Amino acid sequence: MSDSQKLVELQSVQKAYREPNGDRLPILDIEHFAVEPGDQVVIRGRSGCGKTTLLHAIAGITPVDSGSISIGGVELTRLAEAGRDRFRARNVGYVFQTFNLLPAFTALENVVLGMTFTGRPKDRKRAIELLEAVGLGHRLHHKPSAMSVGEQQRTAVARALVNKPVLLLADEPTANIDPGHQQQVVDMLREVCINEKVAMLMVTHSPEVSDQFDHVVALEEINRVARAA
Amino acid sequence: MNYLTIAWRNMCDRPLASTLTGLSMALGVAAVICVMVIHRIAVEQFEQDPQGYNFIVGGTGGRMQLVLSTVYHLDKPLYPISYDYYRKFTDGEYARYTDVVVPYCLGDTFVAGDFKYRVVGTTPELFDELKYDGDTSYEFSEGRNFKRENFFEGVVGSIVAKQGGLKVGETFNPTHGLAGEGDKHREFKVVGILAPTGTTNDRAIFVNMEGFYLLDGHALSAKPPTSDDTTPSTTPDPGIPSVGYDNAGNEVEPLPESQREVTSLLVRCPSAIDSMTLNTVINKSGSATQAVAPTEVVATLLDNIIGPVQVVLLVLTALIVLVAAIGILVSIYNSMSERAHDIAVMRALGASRMAVQLIVLLEAVLLALLGGVAGWVLGHLMIGIASPFVEARTGVSLDMLAFDASELVVIPALVLLAILAGVLPAFTAYRTDVAKALSGTR
Ligand SMILES: Nc1ncnc2c1ncn2[C@@H]1O[C@H](COP(=O)(O)OP(=O)(O)OP(=O)(O)O)[C@@H](O)[C@H]1O
Ligand SMILES: [Mg+2]
Repeated sequence: MSDSQKLVELQSVQKAYREPNGDRLPILDIEHFAVEPGDQVVIRGRSGCGKTTLLHAIAGITPVDSGSISIGGVELTRLAEAGRDRFRARNVGYVFQTFNLLPAFTALENVVLGMTFTGRPKDRKRAIELLEAVGLGHRLHHKPSAMSVGEQQRTAVARALVNKPVLLLADEPTANIDPGHQQQVVDMLREVCINEKVAMLMVTHSPEVSDQFDHVVALEEINRVARAA
Repeated sequence: MNYLTIAWRNMCDRPLASTLTGLSMALGVAAVICVMVIHRIAVEQFEQDPQGYNFIVGGTGGRMQLVLSTVYHLDKPLYPISYDYYRKFTDGEYARYTDVVVPYCLGDTFVAGDFKYRVVGTTPELFDELKYDGDTSYEFSEGRNFKRENFFEGVVGSIVAKQGGLKVGETFNPTHGLAGEGDKHREFKVVGILAPTGTTNDRAIFVNMEGFYLLDGHALSAKPPTSDDTTPSTTPDPGIPSVGYDNAGNEVEPLPESQREVTSLLVRCPSAIDSMTLNTVINKSGSATQAVAPTEVVATLLDNIIGPVQVVLLVLTALIVLVAAIGILVSIYNSMSERAHDIAVMRALGASRMAVQLIVLLEAVLLALLGGVAGWVLGHLMIGIASPFVEARTGVSLDMLAFDASELVVIPALVLLAILAGVLPAFTAYRTDVAKALSGTR
């Protein structure tokens, strides 16, 4: 079973898509990959090498074909879909590249929405505290359309952390932000993750961003499919 | 933030589509409510009007026509019956079965502007002895009942007083015939105004039969053909005053019995058995007269005419509601592709397939219910707005707030319909491919 030291651990994970003509299209073939608790890991790799697919698999959004993925000792690959959904709601935060927020809801409501699917009571105070922590104390009641992309991303970070997850997955969270504000968001992400004692697994294309991290993994190196290509 | 709030916000996020679909639902439900309320009032009206007596006796003709002309002041009166036949019920062979017998003489009309009201020649017993609507005694909001010895007195129904502008102490001239185009008769004096009864009697005028007989053309010149062939009684009718008075106080001779005839009789019997017995006796007597229990005719009328009409109207209005529900389906379903991303975001936040499916279903139910409640209010409002016009035309007053438990059926029916309408879009939400939807823009 998984090493108790590791927060996230992947063993012999394989994922393939079916092409329209019925052929198998292998995307992931990872022998071993792990994230330590509280660590901040950057994944880079060329476009299409399977970074997003990997994050989806770790989040339990996309089921894998074989192998095991465990988070905090819970083997996700043994859970049924509804179990993975509930686990994700409680333990994994996710920030996408863009359009993280539901347009009908204000910043605060979007964060509270993050607490809706956990099956636990909602803590509005924590939502406000987190929005203040990401520097949006003055934007609580703005709808996404009235916020800058950077503000939207910060709201998404607050939402991803609101349930006190053990892991934050971020898929190119700064790709759509202008370079001037990119650094702000990266700093904020790193800081709140340390404060909240959350491990972070971030995908980025930007060398300026990845250079700041000690732990950088090129997906091509661990993914046999991408290596072969 | 629960599922209902999310559904609510999704609904509010598409104000135009939601308003339009909700509105169409509201119109459909309003139509259903109108049909239900109007039908209920019509049935109540039909059922309560002929209460207070056991049966109606009339001459040759249709049963329905007898009831319509006597109870509802509609349709042409039947062939008359002789005064001697009437006396069988008051002091003749049938008298032992009867409790109250009220004669009706029809054939005159009072015209006031655009309105026409039937004038009924009758006796004061109609209001003194009979009760309406089960067991309510007639009351006068003003004045009093007419007196048998004051030949040219009359009382008017509440609607006649209001619409026709007749007040106590004023006089009016009935016109000959039911069309309201005949010659004007001599005048009668209004001595009382009936308190509203909610029956068709609110729309009629009742005058002393003795005065009615003395009007031009009402006296029989010779023994005419009537529906029966009753031998005249040898004693005079003790009910007829030997001498009467006109409104100036002058003595007036009553019309001799031999020159009188009656249109119909309202008969109340002391017991149900007496009523059945007398009913059978009359109908099997071989004369062309007939006894008809109005409740039976009304039941037939309701079952054969009002019932089917109500069913047809309900089906038509239910179709409007159905179309509105399909509108909800189409509207939500069309928006599903724009929502795929939002659904994927919720799934990424840990929402299960069931949760996102439920949220979409709830939106359909919310739309249908809000539209339905609005329609329910609208339906009653429409009735309130139509009420004065309907009352002016028919005398039936529609109470806007009158509410019947049967209307509550609309609520579960709407929820069911909304769930049916929501199933397809909800299933789309259920099947959303999260990874794919997340990779797309919104
Ligand atoms: N549902 C799918 N069906 C078939 N192929 C898919 C599907 N989803 C992704 N792929 C393919 O899998 C490969 C990996 O996709 P993925 O999104 O993980 O790449 P990525 O490394 O995140 O790329 P990028 O840097 O552009 O975001 C791509 O070639 C993509 O076309
Ligand atoms: Mg990607």
